[in-house]
Amino acid sequence: MAAEKAEIEKLKKECDGLRKQIETARKAVNDGDMKGASSGVESVGRVQLKKRKDLKGHLAKIYAMHWAADSRQMVSASQDGKLLIWDTHTGNKLVAVPLKSAWVMSVAFAPSGNLVASGGLDNMCTVYNVKAASPKTLRELDAHTGYLSCSRFLSDSEILTASGDTTCCLWDLETGKQKVIFTNHIGDCMSLALSPDQNCFISGACDSLAKLWDVREGACKQTFSGHTSDINAIAFFPSSNAIITGSDDTCCKMYDLRADQEVLHYQDSGLNAGVTSLALSSSGRLIFAGYDDFNCHIWDTLKGERVGVLSGHDNRVSCTGVPEDGLGVCTGSWDSFLKLWN
Amino acid sequence: MQEETAGVPIRTVKSFMSKIPSVVTGADIVQWLMKTLGIEDTEAMHMGSLIASQGYLFPISDHILSLKDDGTFYRFQAPYFWPSHCWEPENTDYAIYLCKRTMQNKTRLELADYEAENLARLQRAFARKWEFIYMQAEAQVKIDRKKDKTERKILDSQERAFWDVYRPVPGCVNTTEMDIRKCRRLKNPHRVKKSVYGVCEEGPPSQSPIHTPALHSRKGTKEDVEKEIQFLNIQLDRHCLKMSKVAESLIGYTEQYLEYDPFIVTPDPSNPWTSDEPSYWDLEASKEPSQQRVKKWGFSLEEALKDPLGQDLFLRFLESEFSSENLRFWLAVQDLKRRPQQDVAQRAQDIWAEFLAEGAPSPINLDSHSYERTSHNLQDPGRYSYAEAQDHIYHLMKSDSYSRFLRSNVYQDLLNTRRKLSTDQGRRTSLEKFTRSMGKSLTGKRITGLMQSS
Repeated sequence: MAAEKAEIEKLKKECDGLRKQIETARKAVNDGDMKGASSGVESVGRVQLKKRKDLKGHLAKIYAMHWAADSRQMVSASQDGKLLIWDTHTGNKLVAVPLKSAWVMSVAFAPSGNLVASGGLDNMCTVYNVKAASPKTLRELDAHTGYLSCSRFLSDSEILTASGDTTCCLWDLETGKQKVIFTNHIGDCMSLALSPDQNCFISGACDSLAKLWDVREGACKQTFSGHTSDINAIAFFPSSNAIITGSDDTCCKMYDLRADQEVLHYQDSGLNAGVTSLALSSSGRLIFAGYDDFNCHIWDTLKGERVGVLSGHDNRVSCTGVPEDGLGVCTGSWDSFLKLWN
Repeated sequence: MQEETAGVPIRTVKSFMSKIPSVVTGADIVQWLMKTLGIEDTEAMHMGSLIASQGYLFPISDHILSLKDDGTFYRFQAPYFWPSHCWEPENTDYAIYLCKRTMQNKTRLELADYEAENLARLQRAFARKWEFIYMQAEAQVKIDRKKDKTERKILDSQERAFWDVYRPVPGCVNTTEMDIRKCRRLKNPHRVKKSVYGVCEEGPPSQSPIHTPALHSRKGTKEDVEKEIQFLNIQLDRHCLKMSKVAESLIGYTEQYLEYDPFIVTPDPSNPWTSDEPSYWDLEASKEPSQQRVKKWGFSLEEALKDPLGQDLFLRFLESEFSSENLRFWLAVQDLKRRPQQDVAQRAQDIWAEFLAEGAPSPINLDSHSYERTSHNLQDPGRYSYAEAQDHIYHLMKSDSYSRFLRSNVYQDLLNTRRKLSTDQGRRTSLEKFTRSMGKSLTGKRITGLMQSS
């Protein structure tokens, strides 16, 4: 027993040594500062967006929303026990999906537009066919031992889920079985984002770490630390070389995958609220981050400055999304409304 | 939300001679905040409202916890009821409170509509132990009766304000609400689970949803640490890009795509959300791409293939060169990835027959290593059997056919037409402005580089 303990101690020391070496190596490549480099870039000025649409229909807190690939339809999930699919051009509700469990926390639209997935405190991911005459449950993916915090479709046959049981999972929708389980986080997984080429994905968790995973192999390829509290939101920079995270510690951070470290952080002494969600504009130049202070603040990604704010919600902004055509941004809130801005 | 745990500011209390004990006007509060904290009136209002919304002070004649900068009367909350004690009052406590209110024959204590509804709901929920609740309520009424009249008035209002925080009027924000995902983790070690009325009972559990109390303790076994060492070694060996290069690359990317970002550069002809005019969407959907869109195909092979029109043009170009088999193979493999499981095996064989078998009608050029690996994969065909081959072919296209495509007549002609719109000029000038403003004009380099390579 003692011998084993001593051995573990020795190995832990080796770990610490390696970590120090990595830290030194990372510092060595840190030959410049993003803020300094971007000082020559033309400023975007004050970004003032107007509210273009108010989507009313939910009766309780909205926890999640996701745009369809056509940039026109959008699905939202509320704790009133319903998923609503909206036509954002007209503001009309197209489909209402009643949920078995009202405690929903995540929703996703498949790229094909045929399927929608949701899940929450029921620990399950339920997939619905929304192209049928009335929404039909296609699959109930039931293997997580914790709440379902996020889900994203790769196609109509595969879906990724993140759970409060600290794991993420790749499922085969045809068999309803787990294909790959991603274990490495030591805190609840709160959010995930798929890379544009679908070869890897990133996850943010309550252990304050963000991790990059290979979808096929199931291995964690990189880990990013720096936050001091739960990471609630995560997204890829459009070039796929960097990631942005938002956390309860009121900060957002950008990490570059090639430099394997933090590039910039987005913080304001006047902002004391946690970040709940985030989305990027199509060029990546702007970050739209939803906060607990009922607002969505807009950041200049390159310069690290706050350039605007979307005010209008009467409760915290719980979800944010920019469609593929990048024409606007949608915010969803605990006040039960969704707003479209540009 | 701000959580106030500091003490209450010095009271500026005015007592009316006759009726209303221990109150202060909203204006006085704002003034005091401005004076003591040295802040502007808007800031004082904001701060005061935040303090009120948490229930530290409340209007005596209203259920809505906000602050008004006028003669409206406010009272300070009793320390017992402060949110800093981290109350999580149970529904039983609330039931006792509402029940107690109905027992006291005073008009000022009459239940509001939403309170009556809540009481009815609780009566149904606690049907089996209602007798217990009733008795507790009676006991509370007895205790209250013993107090001095004025003191009772004050305490009643404070109690009511407490419940306004934890059981708010419908339509008001519940400042005590927590994200249910974070609920079960005890962030605050002082969180007390005691009853407001000192009731201790082992009744049925409260009606909150069931969480699975998973315990995540990684015990740090030898294997875990060894895995960690392995992971760290990989990280150490990783070749990392210099920060200066990273910054250059990120800036370069955003600069290149800036004109395609509707938040930065207004799209042509207009943003349908702003103008309520769908012509932008119509143009995007039409078979005739705008010059701007055609230009984007020149950014990378990925962009060209992402756009169905770009993909189509590239395919036609390759066909004209009699080298379309690479792209057709790539597209077939993309399609294979999305096929239902039952079709996969057959499709995989079809692809082999078309592109890779001996005597195949559209032979592609794979190196022997990839060829062997793919052939091996096909013994058990799956959606990703061709992944390696596909990567190889993609690189081939990228390094060879794609650059020829960009120099080709079909592409250049399409790129250089459409000079009729006057806004073309406007767009080009703004693009020039961007490229000039940057020291290292990466965008400029890319575009002129393409033009020069013909």
